[in-house]
Amino acid sequence: MAGKRKQILFSALEPGLGLKKALEHTQTEIIDIIKLSRLRGRGGAGFPTGLKWDLAYSAKAPKKFIVCNADEGEPGTFKDRILLNEHAKKIFEGMAIAGYAVGSQEGIIYLRAEYRYLRPVLVQAIDELRKAHLLGKKILGSDFQFDIDIHLGAGAYVCGEETALIESLEGKRGEARNKPPYPTESGYMGYPTVVNNVETFCYVPYILIEGAAWFQKFGTFESTGSKLFSISGDVKKPGVYELEMGTTVRQVLNLVEASDTKAVQVGGASGICVAEKDFDKPLAFESLPPGGSIIVFNRSRDMLNVLKNFMEFFVEESCGQCTPCREGTFRLLEGVKLMEQGQCSIHYLRVLRELAETMKISSKCGLGQMAPNPFLSIIDNFKGEILARDRVTDSIPL
Amino acid sequence: MKLESQTQNIARAVKRVCDEYHSRREKLLQILEELNELYGYLSEYVMKEVAKNLDMQVSEIYGVATFYSFLNTKPKGKNIIRLCQTVSCELAGKQRIANALENELGIRFGETTPDGMFSLEYTNCIGMCNQGPAMLINDDVYYNLDPEKAVDIVEKYH
Amino acid sequence: MPNMLAVCINGKECEVEFGTTILEAARKMNIHIPTLCYHDDLCLSGICRICLVEVDGEKTLQAACSAPITRPLHIRTHTEKVRKARRNILELMLSNHYGECYTCFRNQNCELQKLAKEYGVDSLRFGHVELPRHTKDTSSRSIIRDMDKCILCRRCVRTCHDFQGVGALEAAFRGIDTEIQTFLDHPLGDAVCINCGQCINRCPTGALRERDRSDEVWNAIDDPQKIVVMQTAPAPRASIGEEFGLPPGTSITRKLNTALKMVGFDYVFDTNFAADLTIMEEGTELLTRLKDFIVDKKPVSLPMITSCSPGWVKYCEHYYPDYLPHLSTCKSPQQMFGSLIKTYFAQKIKVDPKNIMVVSLMPCVAKKYESDRPEMSASGFKDVDYALTSRELAQMIKETGIRVTDLEDSDFDSPLGLGSGAGLIFGATGGVMEAAIRTVYEIITGEEVPFENLNVIPVRGMDGIKEAEISFQKTKEDWKFLEGKTLRVAIAHGTANAKKIMDKVASGEAQWHFIEIMACPGGCLGGGGQPIPTNENIRKARAKAIYDEDSHLNIRKSHSNPQIQMLYNEFLDHPNSKKAHKLLHTTYTRRGKI
Repeated sequence: MAGKRKQILFSALEPGLGLKKALEHTQTEIIDIIKLSRLRGRGGAGFPTGLKWDLAYSAKAPKKFIVCNADEGEPGTFKDRILLNEHAKKIFEGMAIAGYAVGSQEGIIYLRAEYRYLRPVLVQAIDELRKAHLLGKKILGSDFQFDIDIHLGAGAYVCGEETALIESLEGKRGEARNKPPYPTESGYMGYPTVVNNVETFCYVPYILIEGAAWFQKFGTFESTGSKLFSISGDVKKPGVYELEMGTTVRQVLNLVEASDTKAVQVGGASGICVAEKDFDKPLAFESLPPGGSIIVFNRSRDMLNVLKNFMEFFVEESCGQCTPCREGTFRLLEGVKLMEQGQCSIHYLRVLRELAETMKISSKCGLGQMAPNPFLSIIDNFKGEILARDRVTDSIPL
Repeated sequence: MKLESQTQNIARAVKRVCDEYHSRREKLLQILEELNELYGYLSEYVMKEVAKNLDMQVSEIYGVATFYSFLNTKPKGKNIIRLCQTVSCELAGKQRIANALENELGIRFGETTPDGMFSLEYTNCIGMCNQGPAMLINDDVYYNLDPEKAVDIVEKYH
Repeated sequence: MPNMLAVCINGKECEVEFGTTILEAARKMNIHIPTLCYHDDLCLSGICRICLVEVDGEKTLQAACSAPITRPLHIRTHTEKVRKARRNILELMLSNHYGECYTCFRNQNCELQKLAKEYGVDSLRFGHVELPRHTKDTSSRSIIRDMDKCILCRRCVRTCHDFQGVGALEAAFRGIDTEIQTFLDHPLGDAVCINCGQCINRCPTGALRERDRSDEVWNAIDDPQKIVVMQTAPAPRASIGEEFGLPPGTSITRKLNTALKMVGFDYVFDTNFAADLTIMEEGTELLTRLKDFIVDKKPVSLPMITSCSPGWVKYCEHYYPDYLPHLSTCKSPQQMFGSLIKTYFAQKIKVDPKNIMVVSLMPCVAKKYESDRPEMSASGFKDVDYALTSRELAQMIKETGIRVTDLEDSDFDSPLGLGSGAGLIFGATGGVMEAAIRTVYEIITGEEVPFENLNVIPVRGMDGIKEAEISFQKTKEDWKFLEGKTLRVAIAHGTANAKKIMDKVASGEAQWHFIEIMACPGGCLGGGGQPIPTNENIRKARAKAIYDEDSHLNIRKSHSNPQIQMLYNEFLDHPNSKKAHKLLHTTYTRRGKI
């Protein structure tokens, strides 16, 4: 069984057709179509795209912005790289449609510094779209104008968080803002701003062409459509796969010819690590939130090492402004190191677990709220392995 | 005298870059990136000049510059090697590449070769997880590395 | 009618305006929520996370300080989740804080320590810092930074950057490496710091403090060869009581005199005297500039700007060096006073000035820097040897066991101990302006200012920028050139407001003649050397105490101070005389803003 392979993004798209369809509708009609499609944000959090656009549309302001979040930094994720490299025009068309729908004339794509080599590709795509009157003034002969600027990041994972991204766009430290106000009300330079993931924008022209009902047919009720998965780790055929929402972990493993699998990290470092008992769960927002990344570990892998790698990542990438994330990620990493040395008592492990739970509900932004996920899921799902090798001892006093 | 003309050149270059962005505050990151590219790092003098042009506090520029890992406030090698240390590349054998690079260059991670040609750093996920181990040298990406291949690639930058 | 929303906190119901924060709503209902990165004076940050509360319908806990209420809410402030989270967060802070409380100057006045007690922290599960990891930065004449105590609440950054518009301090690096630093971590003494010390007043811990000179002062007191003269500024009198448990706004001027004598100061004088002298010198300077401009058509620097606030002076040197000629050349009252002690007073008591030690009680940490300026020694001796803050002096008094509140009143010593009400109100924003107007108006017209009870109300109050106009009619013979003319004045407190004023001056948009600028919010009474904590209500209470005291004084105009008249007769000749210029005026230094 190869899983349910139905393709949307990886099927051909006539450039400009989605935008042309969009211009035949009113702004609210487009928003209704997107709402009806039940498209949810592909960056990880799964916020309903139509609702986000509606909020920005309803906000009254002299200017609005459409921002494409191309700060793909989640460990194990590379689907946006493929889209940027090979499907850039779909992204920009989606942005233009969003611009038309919410009443924005300016788009910005925030490209992570690590992908700077993709910039010429994007510049060229924008040029070609301008020449084809799909960007710029008088798009497709209408009164609608929309153009896109490329903004480079400078190396900070936290800028994938939408308010940190906006701070970074404004030339500041990439530190998350307090929410509310949400970016749809006050975002870039204080103007209503829609921030969507690269992949999210790509679905938009397809939905405009084929209709919301068509899109709904893919996936599950709560997670419609397909999804790109970046698959890496202990598999024969790593790469980017477009699969229907709701595909199970096991189906994915079969597809990529993974064998002897012990654990699967779903959703990157900030996702969760599942063991075999959960392999039949579907990848969908209502079950295992799919994020963009699947990392597979076979039985030869040491899960404590894996956990250490993830926690090192968060310690380096925490922005450092809020206490639970800045200090908490550091203490969790220290705890993992203690376990490695066989110096962590069961009691202290419980203390760390409580700390991790606290971080989830007390950190200021998504990064800090998700950072304890690998710790909790690996400790919980691989308790036997963690405890068995005499790494967590009861003999060490606090 | 020579020193003076050198600082004047830098001041002019900073002004040119700032002008390119109409000295707008929100373009700070782009300005710093261009200057970082131009000089390899953001020196005290460069940051002060940017502050003058943008009418900002220099401490704020320093705060921004130190936040991002692709901006440097200390001199770096002509070429910066950034080896991905994140989990997929680790699974794919990043450590062997790391050892090979250290041996080849005679420096540890976080250091710069005495001739100023290379700085060796770790970086977090660069999105080449299906083809790890991977590294960036400046803006160029290299993947499916093995120790020999990594060393060969580095040699091309000598 | 504002949009009102029903809020229920811990079962208590209340209606609040749309957008009210949870913290504001809780305070309104008298429900205590702990805070740390929050400060009444500063913009919201929401980063320490100690103020978390549980809101029904939200998956995560919400930071009460920064969460606006935009729908009807059910909030609970001490559920198990909240208690555990706060405890964890507190322990995380403590694990990275060098908590040697008994050697810390904020012992028993530390917000972190208070929270640890409030939450019954009885173990440090995540460990604690055994040994200091940073070297204290003692490079500044005014402010000491001890980063081992820093908990990264960034109140200092927001104070320096947003509140004061200076930007000496900034968060650098990220994640666990985040630190509050100056540009390139240069010593604070080399940074663009104006020494206002507002960061100290807002630091919740002991990471920032003034350079303590009380040991040197004790040494001088203990030295039988030394005559130790104390001068007390107006603002500390209305605030130092807070250090002894009195409510803000309790003035203890005359009890303090008694205490200072008991501590061992040989003479206790009143800086208000020097404030009156400043008015004579500065008022004359203003009138001269106006005459040069109007009558002699000479190029003069107008508007003239006050120079009493050393924080403002250094701000001007850094940020507006082109406008230094606009600063009055008058030294601040502290320095004028010191200069006179080492000359006039030394002659009077027939003591070699080298054996006289001048100590000042100031609400200010920038006064320390000012007193150390090399140009402040025209008499051949350092004008002021040591400037103490209200906090340092309170500490000295506590060390003696003297209970200030129980003491009898006593007067200042003569002849430099008489100050007018005009000198007294120097302690509040607008006070210098009011004092100047009381005197200048009378010099020009021969009549008292046309305000009820001499209270020049338009220049008072806590508005960031105040403006006023005074017209001159029936001018005296010497001042006919001012007949029918209107003097336009402006007042700013806090350097962020000073920037606004200066930008208007620079653009030519505003046509003021005379501007009063104080570096600190509320003027000196909100100074960086004042008791901690501070907020607008505390500052208002101190201001009220100062104005009340003024209104009860017999002498309320600087030029009516008989001791000032005597000083000119016996020693200085007349205002702005050659001798006055030598001893009482100064020069400024152009400094870069970076």
